[in-house]
Parts: sequence; structure tokens; C-alpha cells
Amino acid sequence: MSLDTVLFYVLAALVLGSAIMTITRRNVVHAAVWLISALVGVAGLFLSRGAEFLAGVQVIVYIGGIMVLFLFVIMLVPVHDESTQRRFSNQKWPATLAAVALFLWVAFIAVNGVGMLDHPGMAEPLGPGSLSENSEAVGLVLFSQYLLPFELASILLLVAIIGAIVMSKTRNRETES
Amino acid sequence: MEQLLENPHVPPLILTAVIILVFPLIAGYIVLAERKVLADLQVRLGPMRVGPYGVLQPLADALKLMLKEDVIPSKSDKWIFWLAPVLSTFTALSAFAVLPLSDRFFVADVNIGILFILAMSSIGALGLILGGWSANSKYSLMGSLRAAAQMVSYEVPLGFATVTAIMCAGTLSMQGVIASQLERGVWGAFDNYGLMLIPTVLFIIAGTAETNRAPFDLPEAESELVAGFHTEYSGFRWALFFLAEYAAIVVISALCVTLFFGGWLRPFPNVAALEMPLNTLFPVALFALIALGCSKGIFRQALVGFRLVMAALTGLFLLVAAAFALPVANELMIGLFWFAFKLAAMVYLFIWYRGTFPRFRYDQLMDVGWKWLIPISMFGLILNGIVQLLARG
Repeated sequence: MSLDTVLFYVLAALVLGSAIMTITRRNVVHAAVWLISALVGVAGLFLSRGAEFLAGVQVIVYIGGIMVLFLFVIMLVPVHDESTQRRFSNQKWPATLAAVALFLWVAFIAVNGVGMLDHPGMAEPLGPGSLSENSEAVGLVLFSQYLLPFELASILLLVAIIGAIVMSKTRNRETES
Repeated sequence: MEQLLENPHVPPLILTAVIILVFPLIAGYIVLAERKVLADLQVRLGPMRVGPYGVLQPLADALKLMLKEDVIPSKSDKWIFWLAPVLSTFTALSAFAVLPLSDRFFVADVNIGILFILAMSSIGALGLILGGWSANSKYSLMGSLRAAAQMVSYEVPLGFATVTAIMCAGTLSMQGVIASQLERGVWGAFDNYGLMLIPTVLFIIAGTAETNRAPFDLPEAESELVAGFHTEYSGFRWALFFLAEYAAIVVISALCVTLFFGGWLRPFPNVAALEMPLNTLFPVALFALIALGCSKGIFRQALVGFRLVMAALTGLFLLVAAAFALPVANELMIGLFWFAFKLAAMVYLFIWYRGTFPRFRYDQLMDVGWKWLIPISMFGLILNGIVQLLARG
């Protein structure tokens, strides 16, 4: 078994194990820490596939941005009240059904779609000490072939930012009056 | 042995081990330098008792911290309380992996070097946040809330300043950034007809905030929050947080030196006439002057032991000066010397800030971040992009 394969299984175990821990922890901060661990594992998977730019962005955006904000909100909630109560328990069976259906769907695509995502110029695994052009390739594709989706995503985010500001402003006015 | 050194994995591993072993000592001496410089700014003497002029103070501090009782609050979240300082230290030291210490001393030259440093610094922020929360104390929680808000806010201008520098250099690799500055014959800070000074200044300001240093040290504001996020930490765990803080300062300074001040290049790398004076005379004269200063101390100290320490220091610095006079050793060390010299200047700047500026109020901190730094950094990015496009075609 090559080092790459070993690395894949180690990282896969890390991601799946952390994901299971995330949904089973009662303490929300512990769940958040396990989620961070799962996200680090995903970044590791990107890295082992030679997608180093995605790995870097995964860590910066998901852990540095989103998880910090998650924790910021979670820390303001009194943990001990939440962790003793059992919530959402009556949705156990629908949730299981949905998860199984999703798993089967993804498995169907994974089995039938082998080679579907192969792209000319896709990153090849590199030897130690060599540099790849991964970031440049991502940038070129993003600003030529996928320019429209990229700009649409930017506008979506802009709308979300403006919406967040407007909502926080109106709530301030209500509390003041 | 020869065969072992030729394996591409071995020299980086050796350098990694050296960095991890030596950095705590360097951090200790940065703390001593900070205390001495701050003392000088406030017309005091600073630590003077341990060793002549307090030069052995870091060793005494380290010993004290290691022997101190490790107190864990009984109502704390022990698992996370344990994790937080480890997370901070681990990420801060990991970032050293991509620092280009010189043309031949670096652990890895990856194509996402700058992204890697930013990623590690953003994970490091989690250490502060989790550490403050897990201690189950109001002061710690306040400190970590502030840390979270501050780091998220100041990451944006830091990112924009970095993006501007990357755009100017055309690569994300740390060695590549230095190579492009050598090629263009100008430091990143003065490129694009001096317009790169905008991101340079913004980077230094946002970098200070990102490392939680005065005047942006609200997460540990001692006059308001006892000690902020690390109020409940003691002994070795506290030392780990401090190690992480100083590692973060060194990493941010190193990133700044690499992006804007030419990394391990000597000043004016394209002027051949300055090769001899800057690469040989300057380091030799610098270390000889330090040795001269130390030699004066030999006669001023009263205790025999202290005199011996000063004599040893004189010998050490003379030896370093002599090494730089030798062409073989000079060629090996000169990149490292310039990198360390610029790094030391940046660290001095950080200390100087701390002794000069009063701390921001929390609302001022947010105002400066969101209403000034972010718009200016965006403006700087666009302006530099236009100028670069027009100038380079």
C-alpha cells in the first residue's frame, strides 16, 4: 500500500470519526471543536489530492472565519442548560431516512460517475520538494470558464452582508425606543 | 551520512527540530529585549539581578514557569482547557515551516506558503477563544470574546494587504516573492512607484492587531480584565500561551519582511558595488561593536561570575564577527543574517509601539478596523492593480 493510500484512510477516519463525535456531543462547544477537527481532515484530503489552494482556503474560510463566528455565538449561550435537555427527539426516524437516502444517492453517483469529473490539466500527485501551479490553475478557471457563477456568488454574499446589517440595525432601533 | 543528507526529506527535518528546540530560547530573549527596551523607554533599568545586566533572566523565568504549580479551575472544561494552549503553540510553530530564513535555510517552499501562514494564524485564534471559554471565568470569557471579534475584523485588512503584495509579486510561494523582488530590483514596500507603501503600513497595523499586541491588546487588557483570556492559566500552560504569542509575532514580522522588505536579500541587491560593504563590513562591524560593548561590562561588574559571563559574551560575539569575515562562513550565513536583522527591526517596532501608544477603547478598535483599515486596504488593492496593469502592460 502506498503512502498516499495510508494517508487517505487515516484522514478519512479522522473526518468520519470527528463528524460522528460532532453530532453525538451534548456540549455544543465540544461539538464545535470536533467539527473543526473534521474540517481540518477535509483540508488534509484536499492536500493529499494535490489541491493545495483548496486546502488553504478550506482552513482560512471554514475554520478561521465560520467556526470562529460559530464559537463566538455559542460562547454567549449558557451551555449547561442546553446540554441537559434532549431536543428534536421526535424527528429521529425522518432524519435517519433522509440520511440513508442521501447516502444511497451519493453512493449511486460515486459508482456510476467514475471519471466524470476528470478535467484536462487536473492536478497530478507531485514528488517531494516540487511546486505545483494549482493556485494559478484555479484562478484562471475561476475567472474565465466559471466567471458567471463566481460573480453570482459574489452578489449573493453582498446581498447577505447588506441583509445582516439591515437586520441588526432594525433590532437596535426597537430596543432603543 | 552523505547519503542521508542527500535525501530530500532529511535537511528539512533537521531544520524543523532545530527551530522547535531553539525557538523557546529565542522567545525568552525577545521577552528580555522587550522588558529592557520598555524599561529604557520609561527611564528604568529593567531586569538587572540574574546574571550581569539581567542577561540570564530568560533562563530563570523558564525554570520558574516549569516548576510552578499547574492550577486547573475545578469548574473548568478540562479537556478544552488542556487543548487550547497546545493548539495555539502548535499552529504558531507550524507556520515556521514555510518561512524563508535564507536562500538555503528553509523547511519547505510550497506554492501556498502565504496561505498556509494565514491559515495557521486563523487556527491559532481558536486557541485564545477556547482557552478563555473553558476556564469558566467572566474575565476570561470577555477576553476571548474580544479576541474573536478582533481577529475576525483585522484578518480582512491583513488579507487585503497580503493580496496586494501577492499581486505585485505574482506568486504565493515565499521564496518566489523574494525572487520577484530581486528581479524587479526594488523592495515590495516601494514597488508601483511607492504606492505599495499603503498595504505595507496597513499590514503592520493589522499584524499588530492580529498578534494582540499593544495598542490592540484588548483580549488581555490587564487594567480591565485582570489578564484577559489567560486569567486562569498558570505555570507551563501559561508559558505555552506566551510562547505562541511570541511565535505569532515572529511569524507576522517574518511575513512582513518577506512580502515588503526583501526577505533575506541585502538592501540594494542589484548594486554590485555595495556587495562588500553591506555583506562583509556591516555584519563584522556590528558584531565587533557588540563585543566591544560587552567587554566594557567585564570591568564594571563586581562579581567574578558576572565578569566571566561578560567575558564569554565578548568572546562569542568576536567569534561571530570573525565568522562573517571568512568568505565560506559568510556565504552560508549572510542570508540568515539579513533576515534576522530585518526581523529584529520589526520586533523592535512592535515593542516600541507597546511603549508608546495607549490602548484603544473597544469601540475605537472596531471603528479603526471596519471604517478605516478595510476601505483603505480595498482602495490600495485597486489602485495598485491599476498602476501595475498600466506600468507593466
